[in-house]
Amino acid sequence: MAENGHQQHSPLEQFEIREIVPIHLGGLDISFTNSSLMMVIAVVLISVFLVMGIGRGATVPGRWQSAAELSYDFIAGLIRDTVGPGGRPYFPLVFSLFMFVLVGNLLGMLPYSFTFTSHIAVTFVLAAVVFILVTILGFVKHGLHFFTFFVPPGSPVYMWPLLIPIEIISYLSRPVSLSVRLFANMLAGHTLLKVIAGFIALLGVVGILPFALVVALTGLEILIAFLQAYVFAILTCLYINDALHLH
Amino acid sequence: MTEPESPNPHKDFDSRLRAARDEQDKGKKSSKSKDDAAKSGSGLGLAFRITSDIVAALAVGVVIGVLLDRWLGTSPWLLIVFFIFGSAAGILNVFRTMEGYGYAAGYRKTGAPPKPGADDEANKRNKQ
Repeated sequence: MAENGHQQHSPLEQFEIREIVPIHLGGLDISFTNSSLMMVIAVVLISVFLVMGIGRGATVPGRWQSAAELSYDFIAGLIRDTVGPGGRPYFPLVFSLFMFVLVGNLLGMLPYSFTFTSHIAVTFVLAAVVFILVTILGFVKHGLHFFTFFVPPGSPVYMWPLLIPIEIISYLSRPVSLSVRLFANMLAGHTLLKVIAGFIALLGVVGILPFALVVALTGLEILIAFLQAYVFAILTCLYINDALHLH
Repeated sequence: MTEPESPNPHKDFDSRLRAARDEQDKGKKSSKSKDDAAKSGSGLGLAFRITSDIVAALAVGVVIGVLLDRWLGTSPWLLIVFFIFGSAAGILNVFRTMEGYGYAAGYRKTGAPPKPGADDEANKRNKQ
């Protein structure tokens, strides 16, 4: 990039955050950026999708209502399978997270758009919200008994000084792992797409090969967009399950 | 979770719907298979998950070590100790993923919610 100057498009240019409405409050930069814009679009799209789908409430659903009910049913089933009936109160959280991540991933697949889930700042905040909520939930449900979570059952007392730090690190690594997984998948996928797309023009006639690869990778990326949203949702469910039913 | 439990005139419809639902549930009795499919997923997904698990635990261990070192002024030692703890935690994460303890910490096999919860739901369904 440095030696080429700026006439070439960098594959990482798509992740650049640009200010649309600069807002500086105190020392804080809370400008409305293209990332914020995509998040607002995602929320508006989800709201429109669900409100339009449920608004009519027909007994025999139309196409739109079917799609909305399908997404509802998917997450409801997920919670039922992983958490059990006690997980119902957490449906709104899991569903919102799932839809936000999914729509964010899919919006990123549109040309010239911006993938806000490819920024660790965004995914880590989402994961941290889940982590803090689940920790609070564990304390509320179990009180100080929550700390037995960090003691492997049946382990001798003299091993505790070794095992407890390991368990605590394992517990603390959850939000990091959760956020890194989503962000790395999105970042790697989109960068790969751009890099391979860059070969098309360079190779001339043979460029049909990378072109075919880009078509295939686009399909794969859409799959990954769904898969990562699903993984995010299922992990949230499993963490809630952990907090609700300690061993 | 989806059935509207309102008393309505479609009694017949409700009973038929429930029969159909039960039939459906019988079909996917092995709800584990879905979970397993998600768990193993594609090889790529599994590889990604394991990598992120190891790296995350290691990173958390190193960050804790560095912060404690800075706080207590014991420069390299706590970093070394927590690096080892972090590696152990990373391996522990992978072990849990591969041994079917699921994504989560703890030593309970995931895939099925704990017995009492499952029974509750079955009972509720039978009562209706």
